[in-house]
Amino acid sequence: MAEKPKPESAAAPLERIPFMQRLLDNPFLLLFIGVVVPTVIYILWGVMEITQIPLAK
Amino acid sequence: MSTVATESDYIGKLAAKFRTCPATGLKVDLAAERLIKANAVAAVVFLAIGGTFGLLVALTRWPAVHLLSSDMFYLVLTAHGLDVLLLWIIFFEMAILYFASAVILSSRIAAPRWGWVGFALMVVGGLMTNVAVLQGDSSVMFTSYVPLKAQPHFYLGLILFAVGALIGCFIFLGTLVIAKEEKTYEGSIPLVTFGALTACIIAVFTIASGAIILVPTFLWSVGYIANIDTLTYKLVWWAMGHSSQQINVSAHVAVWYLIAAVTVGAKPLSEKVSRTAFLLYIFFLQLASAHHLLVEPGLSSEWKIVNTSYMMYLAVLGSMIHGMTVPGSIEAAQRKSGYTRGVFEWLRKAPWGNPAFAGMFLSLVMFGFLGGITGVILGTEQLNIIMHNTLYVPGHFHATVVTGTTLAFMAVTYLVVPLIFQRQIIWPKLARLQPYLFGFGAAGISLFMMGAGTLGVARRHWDISFADALLPYGYPPMASLMMGLNGLSAILAATGGALYVLITVGSILFGKKVDETNAVASLGPMPKKVVREAVTKYGNAGTWHLPGTYVLVGIFFTTFILYYFVNWKYLSELWPMQ
Repeated sequence: MAEKPKPESAAAPLERIPFMQRLLDNPFLLLFIGVVVPTVIYILWGVMEITQIPLAK
Repeated sequence: MSTVATESDYIGKLAAKFRTCPATGLKVDLAAERLIKANAVAAVVFLAIGGTFGLLVALTRWPAVHLLSSDMFYLVLTAHGLDVLLLWIIFFEMAILYFASAVILSSRIAAPRWGWVGFALMVVGGLMTNVAVLQGDSSVMFTSYVPLKAQPHFYLGLILFAVGALIGCFIFLGTLVIAKEEKTYEGSIPLVTFGALTACIIAVFTIASGAIILVPTFLWSVGYIANIDTLTYKLVWWAMGHSSQQINVSAHVAVWYLIAAVTVGAKPLSEKVSRTAFLLYIFFLQLASAHHLLVEPGLSSEWKIVNTSYMMYLAVLGSMIHGMTVPGSIEAAQRKSGYTRGVFEWLRKAPWGNPAFAGMFLSLVMFGFLGGITGVILGTEQLNIIMHNTLYVPGHFHATVVTGTTLAFMAVTYLVVPLIFQRQIIWPKLARLQPYLFGFGAAGISLFMMGAGTLGVARRHWDISFADALLPYGYPPMASLMMGLNGLSAILAATGGALYVLITVGSILFGKKVDETNAVASLGPMPKKVVREAVTKYGNAGTWHLPGTYVLVGIFFTTFILYYFVNWKYLSELWPMQ
């Protein structure tokens, strides 16, 4: 009995997309990074330092 | 659910009407085209207004002319900053976002009606803020530092403008989603669209920061909040004020790639490298805002150095990558076209008669040499002290925003008018001259203000001679010469700017119609006549044989290193070690 031919997708497994390309192709992940990084490093850290300045007496 | 989605998709596709661009073969959504036109026209109107104010500022800073009274000077300086740093630039960037998404991806635009809501908010907000300033009670400068208090509609106008721009950003992101769903492109988005995405991401952070600080400041101005902490205001305001200029950098770099692709058929040297450079912008570019706070005693050296010297240098690395890959891609394309003699035939035979190319290349060189290098100097905590809050700072940002962004946006207009407005450029000989007039004028403004700043001249001061001061003080006579040359440069730049406005408006109103027969010729002189592939398809130039670009990069690095160490020498003389 002849073997049933496999569908093309099963014969050639999908090539794994590199991490960097997946990152660069995901606009909403980039948006998340682009908002969180400066918010944490610039704004939140800066505000924390300002709140620690002692009040003048 | 799936039926609803399908119907919705069908309705969306049905609602969108397209035309095919005769020059590029791209499908252009007419709703996107109308939005691009409206935003571009609004941008040029505010450039004309803001540029006129800028000329008045320069003529007042010129000691021999000293045109305006002090009250008028601060009013005009406030209006100049708002109209050109915010309104001209962001309106044009909205046009770029719609172009880079809907047009380059041949997609229908997401929610065009919301696009008009956003546009209306931006126009109303821009006008409201201008009215507040021109009424005379809101001369608080672009920075509007508290406790200086403007009229409430000054802040409200800015908030409405920001909300409108935010809507535009989300329409851009929505259009990317639609284009992917409807498979209008294969693989990754084109590099120009990726650059616009970078600008959009930075814009979202910028606008959110603006909302965080301007909403309470508005409430403070109407009396609902008693006090705004001055240092917190400065910190958060600069997350908007400086990051808004980083939107420009990302957008104008995308424009460089676009113009290089259209005019000489340039492909990126490496898509991966260029995209990684944009990624460095997304991560780090906004942090450069900290250089405005480098002399604030309330913030630690750790915060300052991490945000500027460490993180900002990674963003500078991104800019230096673009600074090499843009001319490199042009050289690769030119050499492929047969301009292979010697090191620089590709550059000599470039289409300098095309104002789009000339403006783009001048913008690239001037942004790198004048804006980029001086930005690193200002971002170095120790060196910053030499010129903090002097005229060096406006000198630096005129190099980035005027010779960099504005000149690039002017250059791309010479492509937008035939491609989107479908009109030929009137007065082509004057159009050829325009980028040089404006570019060299703006470069003069930057250089001479930086020269005066190095001599200690304070920024934002009406009278550098301190004629009415109780305690007299005189800057070195060279400072007056610098401000005179700054005034002459401003006249040159204003002439170039006025020409740009006249040519653009005249072309839209009176230019000959573009059709199949003259579409490519309307884009100006170009060695290659096929423009679609290089702009819309992912792919590399396929060569690293770029001797001319390596020489240019060598000149840049030599200048950079020399100028960097000259400033350290200058600093050592300021505080001599004994």
